[in-house]
Amino acid sequence: MASHEAVTLGLHETESMWAGGRSPFAVGSKKLGMWLFIVSDAITFSALLIAYSFVRVASPSWPRPFESASIANATVMTLILLTSSITVVMAVRQAKLGNRSAVAGWLAATMLGGILFDVLHLREWVGLIEEGVRLFKNPWGTPQFGAAFFTLTGLHMTHVTVGVVYLGVIAIGTKRGKYTAEDVEVSGLYWHFVDLVWMFIFPLVYLMSAKFA
Amino acid sequence: MEAHAVATHAHAAPTGFIRKYIFSLDHKVIGKQYYFLALFSVVVGILLSVLMRWHLVWPDARIPLLDKLSPTGAPGGIMTPEYYLSLLTMHGTLMVFFVLTTAPQSGFGNFLLPIQIGAEDMAFPRLNMLSFWVTFAGLVVLLSSFFVGDGPPLSGWTAYTPLSAVGSVAGPGEGTGQTLWVISIALFCVGSLLGALNFITTTLDLRTRGLTLMRLPLTCWAWFITAVLALLSFAVLFAAGVLLLLDRVGGTSFFVPAGLVVSDQRIAHSGGSPLLWQHLFWFFGHPEVYIAILPGMGITSHVLSTFSRKPIFGYRAMVYAMMAIGFLGFMVWGHHMFVSGMSPYVGFAFSVFTMAIGVPSAIKTFNWLGTLWGGKLRLNTAMLFAIGFVSLFVSGGLSGLFLAQPPVDTNLHATYFVVGHFHLVMGVAAIFGMFAGTFFWFPKMFGRMMNETLGKIHFWITFVGVYCIFMPMHFLGLEGNIRRYSRFTDVNFLVPLIPLHKFMTIAAFVTAGAQFIFLFNLFWSMFKGEKATENPWEATSLEWTVPSPPPFDNFAGRHPVVYRGPYEFSVPGAPKDYVMQDAPEPVAAH
Repeated sequence: MASHEAVTLGLHETESMWAGGRSPFAVGSKKLGMWLFIVSDAITFSALLIAYSFVRVASPSWPRPFESASIANATVMTLILLTSSITVVMAVRQAKLGNRSAVAGWLAATMLGGILFDVLHLREWVGLIEEGVRLFKNPWGTPQFGAAFFTLTGLHMTHVTVGVVYLGVIAIGTKRGKYTAEDVEVSGLYWHFVDLVWMFIFPLVYLMSAKFA
Repeated sequence: MEAHAVATHAHAAPTGFIRKYIFSLDHKVIGKQYYFLALFSVVVGILLSVLMRWHLVWPDARIPLLDKLSPTGAPGGIMTPEYYLSLLTMHGTLMVFFVLTTAPQSGFGNFLLPIQIGAEDMAFPRLNMLSFWVTFAGLVVLLSSFFVGDGPPLSGWTAYTPLSAVGSVAGPGEGTGQTLWVISIALFCVGSLLGALNFITTTLDLRTRGLTLMRLPLTCWAWFITAVLALLSFAVLFAAGVLLLLDRVGGTSFFVPAGLVVSDQRIAHSGGSPLLWQHLFWFFGHPEVYIAILPGMGITSHVLSTFSRKPIFGYRAMVYAMMAIGFLGFMVWGHHMFVSGMSPYVGFAFSVFTMAIGVPSAIKTFNWLGTLWGGKLRLNTAMLFAIGFVSLFVSGGLSGLFLAQPPVDTNLHATYFVVGHFHLVMGVAAIFGMFAGTFFWFPKMFGRMMNETLGKIHFWITFVGVYCIFMPMHFLGLEGNIRRYSRFTDVNFLVPLIPLHKFMTIAAFVTAGAQFIFLFNLFWSMFKGEKATENPWEATSLEWTVPSPPPFDNFAGRHPVVYRGPYEFSVPGAPKDYVMQDAPEPVAAH
C-alpha cells in the first residue's frame, strides 16, 4: 500500500517513510513538542550542573555538611519521586484503556507524591536556612555551596511544582473528557523527566556532599 | 491513535482587530510582527552605530539631542567613553538578538515555513503567539535601560564577567541597566526556545503528502537546522543568564573571583570564575552566529536557483553542509577564548574544528557559484542581494581562517580586524539575506511588488558602502587598532589612522542614509506598489501556488500534494522553464 502511494507521488520506495504528513518516527506533534522541550530543559539543567561542577572543582575545599539524617531524608524524597513515576505510568495505561476516572485517580496519586516531595524538600530548606545557609554564605566555608544548592534544587522544585499543577489540569480535563490518552502520555513524559533530573541532583548534590562520604 | 495524522486549523479566521493583528494566532501575521520588530530594532541599531562612528572621528563635536537622551552620558552633547560603550552594547545586543536572530528565522520562517510545506499553520499557534510577545517584552525591557538609572550597560553584547556581575561599581549602566539586560536576554531565550520547538515540530510533522525531507526547499532546511541550533544553545544561555542574575541580585559569586578590585573598591565576593561565564556564553554564542547566517544561506540558495533558472547545484550537499556547519558550530566556542589563558592543546583542538568549518562553507560557496554558472540570470534586486550575500560571506569568511589560528588571533584579538570579520560575515551578510528575502517575498507577504529601480539604487549604494566601512577595519586591526576605544586623539600610534576612520564614518553615513531608500520603497510599495500576481517570479515552491497574499488558512481548505523537488528549472521537454512542486504530470521521459 505504502509502495503504491510512493509510486504515484514519484517517490523511491525507501523514501516513503519520510514522506509528508508524518514524522520519521510517527510521533504526534504534542509528543514531539514535549520531547523537544525536554531536550532543551535537560540542556539548561546540564549547564547548571556543569557550572556547579566547575565551581566545585575550582574551589580548594567544598563543604560536606549532610548528616545521615539529611541523606535519609533525600533518599525518602527519591523513593517518593520514583513511586510517583510508577503511578503516572499507571495513569497512562488507564488512559489508553479509556478509564477516565482511573486516570484521574492515578494522576492524583502522582500529584500527592509531588506535593509530598515538595513538603519534605521545603522542610529541609528551612532547616538549612536556620543553620545559616544562604545563597551567598554558609557556616562551612566556600560560599558557592549555598548558591549551587539552592539554584539547582530550587529550579528542580519549581519544575516539580509546575508538574503538580500540570498534572492537575490534565486530571480534571481527562475526567471531563477534554483530553485524550496522548495528552496524558505527554504530561507523563514531563513528569518522568523531572524525576530523571532528580536522579542527577541526588548523587551530585547530596551524596557527594555527605559528611561520611 | 491517528489523531495527529492531519493537523487541522483549530481556530477559525478571527474578525476583531485585536485577534487579527495584535494577539493573532496566524503564522503569517506573527511572521510580519517579527519582521517589523526586527525592522524597528535595526533602525535603532543603525542609529547607534552612526552616533558611534560620528563620535569616533569628531570626538569633540556636539551631537544634537544626545544630551537630552542622557544628560550624564553625553553632557553638552559630547558622549563620555562610558556612554560610548553603552551605545556599543545596545548596538550589539539589538543587532545580534533582535535583528539577526529575529528577522531571518522568526520573521521569514514564520511567514513561509507552513506555506512552503503545505500546512495551514505552525504546529502550535498559541506557543507561536507567546514566542512573539515574550520576544517583544524582551525588546521593551532592553530599550527601557536607556531611560532608567544611569543608562544602558557597558559590558558589550557578550556581558563579560566579572564586570557585568558586580553591579554599579563597575561603571554607569552596570547597575539597573545590566540587570535589565540580563532579564531581556532571559526573555529572549524563552521566546527563541518556544519558537525553535515549534519550527522543528512543524517541519517534521506537518509536511503535506509527497513532501519528503529531500524535497524541502533549502529555506525550510535552513530554518529547521537553525531551530535545532537555537533549541540546543539558547537553553545554555538561559542557564547562564539565571546564574548571572543571581550573582547580581542574589549575592552569589558564580562568576566573581576572590580579591577582585574594581574602581578602587575591593569586591566582597569570592570563589567564582569569570571563565565559567565565557564558556557558558560562547557555548551559546558561537552557534548563535550560525543561527544568524543559516537562514540567509537558505534564502540565498532559493533566490539564486530561481533567478538563475537552474536547479540548485548539489541539493543534498547543500543540506549536509548546513548540517555540518551546525554540528561543528557546537565544537568551536573556545576560539573566542584563545587569549583567556586556556591550554594551548585545547586551543589547538578548537582551532582545528574551527578551520574545519571552512570545508562545508566552501561547499556551499562553490555550489552557489555552480548554480550561477551558465544560468539565464535575471538580475533583479532580490538576485543582486543574494549574490551580494555570497560576496560578503566569502570576504568576511576568509578572515575567519586567520582568526581561527591561536598565534594569529593572539595578535588580532580585540582589534578592528575582528570587528571587520564578524560584521561582514555574520552581520551584513545576514542582512543582505534579509534584503533578498524582502524583495523576493514582498509580493507574497503584502500582495504588491516593490520598486525595482529604487531597489537597485539601494543595493549598489549599500553594497559598495558596507565594503567601504568594513574592509578598512582589517587594515586597522593589523595596525593594532584596539576596538572599544571611544576616541583615538589621545593615543599616539592611532592618530595616523584617523583619516581612514573618517573615510569609514562618511561611508557609514552614506550607507545608513541609503537605507531610507529601502524604507521608503518598503512602505510606499505596501500601499502603492503594482499588484502582485500569484507567481511573479515564476518560482516553483508551494507558496507560489496560492494567491498573493495567501488566504487565512493558506490553501483555502485544499491539501496540496507534492510530486517533485523545489528547484526544477529549465527541465528539458517541459512546456515552461519551471515546473511547480505540485505539478503531477510527468515532465520528461527518463
